[in-house]
Amino acid sequence: MKFNRRAFIGTAAAAASMVAPMVRAQGKPRVVVIGGGAGGATAARYIAKDSKGEIDVTLIEPTRTYYTCFFSNLYIGGFRDLQSIAHTYATLASEYGINVVHDYATGVDRDAKTVALAGGGRVSYDRLIISPGIDFIDGAVPGWDVSAQDVMPHAYKAGTQTALLKSQIEAMPQGGTYVMVAPPNPYRCPPGPYERISMVAHVLKEKNPTAKIIIADPKAKFSKQALFEEGWQKHYGGMIERIGPDFGGENVSVRPDTMEVDVDGEVIKADVVNVIPAQKAGHICEAASLTEGNWAPVDGHTMQSRLDENIHVLGDATNQGDMPKSGFSANSQAKVAAMAVRGALTGSRVFPAKFSNTCWSLISTDDGIKVGASYAATDEKIAKTDGFISATGEDAALRKATYEESIGWYEGITSDMFG
Amino acid sequence: MKWTLVAFTLALAPPGAALAQDTADAIGDADRGAKVFRKCTGCHQVGSDASNRAGPHLNGIFGRRAGSIEGFDYSKAMDRAHDDGMVWDIEHLDAYIENPRALVSGTRMSFRGLKDPQDRHDVLAYLRQFTANPQDIPESAPTAVAREVELPPEILAIVGDAEYGEYLASECLTCHQSDGADAGIPSITRWHPEDFVVAMHAYKRKLRPHPVMQMMAGRLSDEEIAALAAYFENLE
Ligand SMILES: Cc1cc2nc3c(=O)[nH]c(=O)nc-3n(C[C@H](O)[C@H](O)[C@H](O)COP(=O)(O)OP(=O)(O)OC[C@H]3O[C@@H](n4cnc5c(N)ncnc54)[C@H](O)[C@@H]3O)c2cc1C
Ligand code: HEC
Ligand code: HEC
Repeated sequence: MKFNRRAFIGTAAAAASMVAPMVRAQGKPRVVVIGGGAGGATAARYIAKDSKGEIDVTLIEPTRTYYTCFFSNLYIGGFRDLQSIAHTYATLASEYGINVVHDYATGVDRDAKTVALAGGGRVSYDRLIISPGIDFIDGAVPGWDVSAQDVMPHAYKAGTQTALLKSQIEAMPQGGTYVMVAPPNPYRCPPGPYERISMVAHVLKEKNPTAKIIIADPKAKFSKQALFEEGWQKHYGGMIERIGPDFGGENVSVRPDTMEVDVDGEVIKADVVNVIPAQKAGHICEAASLTEGNWAPVDGHTMQSRLDENIHVLGDATNQGDMPKSGFSANSQAKVAAMAVRGALTGSRVFPAKFSNTCWSLISTDDGIKVGASYAATDEKIAKTDGFISATGEDAALRKATYEESIGWYEGITSDMFG
Repeated sequence: MKWTLVAFTLALAPPGAALAQDTADAIGDADRGAKVFRKCTGCHQVGSDASNRAGPHLNGIFGRRAGSIEGFDYSKAMDRAHDDGMVWDIEHLDAYIENPRALVSGTRMSFRGLKDPQDRHDVLAYLRQFTANPQDIPESAPTAVAREVELPPEILAIVGDAEYGEYLASECLTCHQSDGADAGIPSITRWHPEDFVVAMHAYKRKLRPHPVMQMMAGRLSDEEIAALAAYFENLE
């Protein structure tokens, strides 16, 4: 069994370093975490913090600054600056003793239990945690691939992409056209594209009130739809047009060289095209043969891969059941995995897995909404147990309180991730 | 006085209303309540010339949204209850005057609370007279005495398992900050465990209005709430 699943992508450098003895801290169990985002940073921090030095934790993450996707739409809308969504790994290293390696994992040798790094060298683990986020499915939007992202940004991984999209929106000619190509399910952050539309409208209403916003959407329905549509009507009446699948929203291609979008044969000439393609688990999951279809299946009790019990997969990359792909979910799953890993490696107490999620979205100034749910692990999947959603017609005081809550949550989750 | 209220009750109670079945009763004895209200008059006025003192005036309190008197400087916690949409119906009034902090943790009403249910019901019967046109606000109809909010002593006596609390708390710390900062979401560290426990049970029973917290508390057992209280009490 194991043999078949062996999926090591050997580079020359990695192979060479195999000869070097693998350094193992004084018999301490070793946990390696791939990806320092919502899932990975949280898991690394909880394991380091709660094992009080009994477990050696290595975090592999190529970037030195992590820009949260959450609140990146608020940056586009002018409610946050870019610096306010930037985080570094300094505290994880200095306060929690986590060995932060700024490198890219290229493969996993599941039999030898080692991770190969792009910079050469490899790291061995007793337990591996992978939380690499998403990658885009090639060819999902004909005419677009990652090489077109500087012309038609996705801004679905935050940082330079988000800054590019924002500057393009601000440079639109008066009366110009912004088109979003929305993704099919399942994808990262179900309300994300629609919160983005709200923020784009907020900017354009101020600076470019005759501009048009078009969404080409392959989905018949979307998250918090009634709430968004009510808000769009109220704040941005007439500015936003959504083309659903019944009008060809699922039959879309783009031409980056001419800035055109073809929606079911009708060609739209646009000034900004924001392409959010269909998604799959971050590439490393596939490289490690941990995927079935586009995602990595996991057991909700522990977040262990269903294909390798020494590996836990977290966050957007997983197929776990009912939880949406969100930063909140990834953070919640990380705590369950951290507990299970500590239990397995040091015998610490293990409690039944509990999960929850809340996604806030901002429609306009002080007009916040939310949706959330709680979940429990069953043998089959992570199953929803209870939930709530904002109501249409709520008064301004409640909407403002909801927005303020989201600011509190942002502080909470980012300090929970990065210390 | 009592008689009027009873008559009133009978007139308003929908036949077979579930709550009325539980505790079919008039609110209480308003005459006696006028005396109990002396415990409140240091801070509150009610009646035709009533104005705000240390506490807001209590005219029209039944059916009034919490924290809604213009010009009165409410605590941040009461403002939050207002924003959440909490309304002073009999159940919430009863809970608040029984133990103000169980319902609104950071409330500025520094009052120990009326532990005797009869005292509460009588004072509410008295206050009920100062809310006009009760027929217009059926949701605040004084058809029944609210259920007890005070927790049975055995729940308060549970000794929390702080280690379990630590795991359970990890779920809370996505929103509540461990260093006690309270921007947008209140701080829950270093509370007296009893305050913590009553607050969580008030969400669990959906007396406190917030949907996130009702959901979070709703699935916690009494032991789990105690475990969380024990953990957060000592969180540095
Ligand atoms: C516009 C937008 C708005 C959003 N808003 C919200 C919101 O309000 N609330 C919310 O909860 N969620 C929100 N999300 C979703 C949230 O950002 C993601 O669900 C969350 O980041 C997922 O966490 P993760 O750990 O799975 O992946 P990520 O946070 O993306 O982390 C993955 C990390 O892994 C690294 N990595 C990838 N491959 C490798 C490799 N091979 N080797 C080493 N490192 C690697 C990456 O560099 C990255 O840092 C939003 C997303 C978007 C796009
Ligand atoms: C020591 C002063 C004090 C006493 C005694 C006191 N209160 Fe209060 N009360 C306050 C303050 C202050 C507030 C506002 C609370 C806040 O902002 O958190 C308040 C608020 C209230 C409210 C909510 C009003 C609103 O507008 O939302 C009610 C109802 C209430 N009190 C009833 C009573 C009753 C009944 C008693 C006596 C049994 C009583 N209070 C005793 C100070 C007091
Ligand atoms: C999704 C975000 C979120 C999570 C997760 C969360 N809370 Fe809360 N909590 C809030 C918000 C928002 C409020 C303010 C609610 C209100 O207005 O009544 C609150 C209020 C509270 C209060 C009352 C504070 C006060 O001053 O009145 C307590 C106690 C509390 N939470 C405990 C917990 C515990 C324990 C957990 C974990 C089991 C938890 N919370 C998880 C968002 C959250």
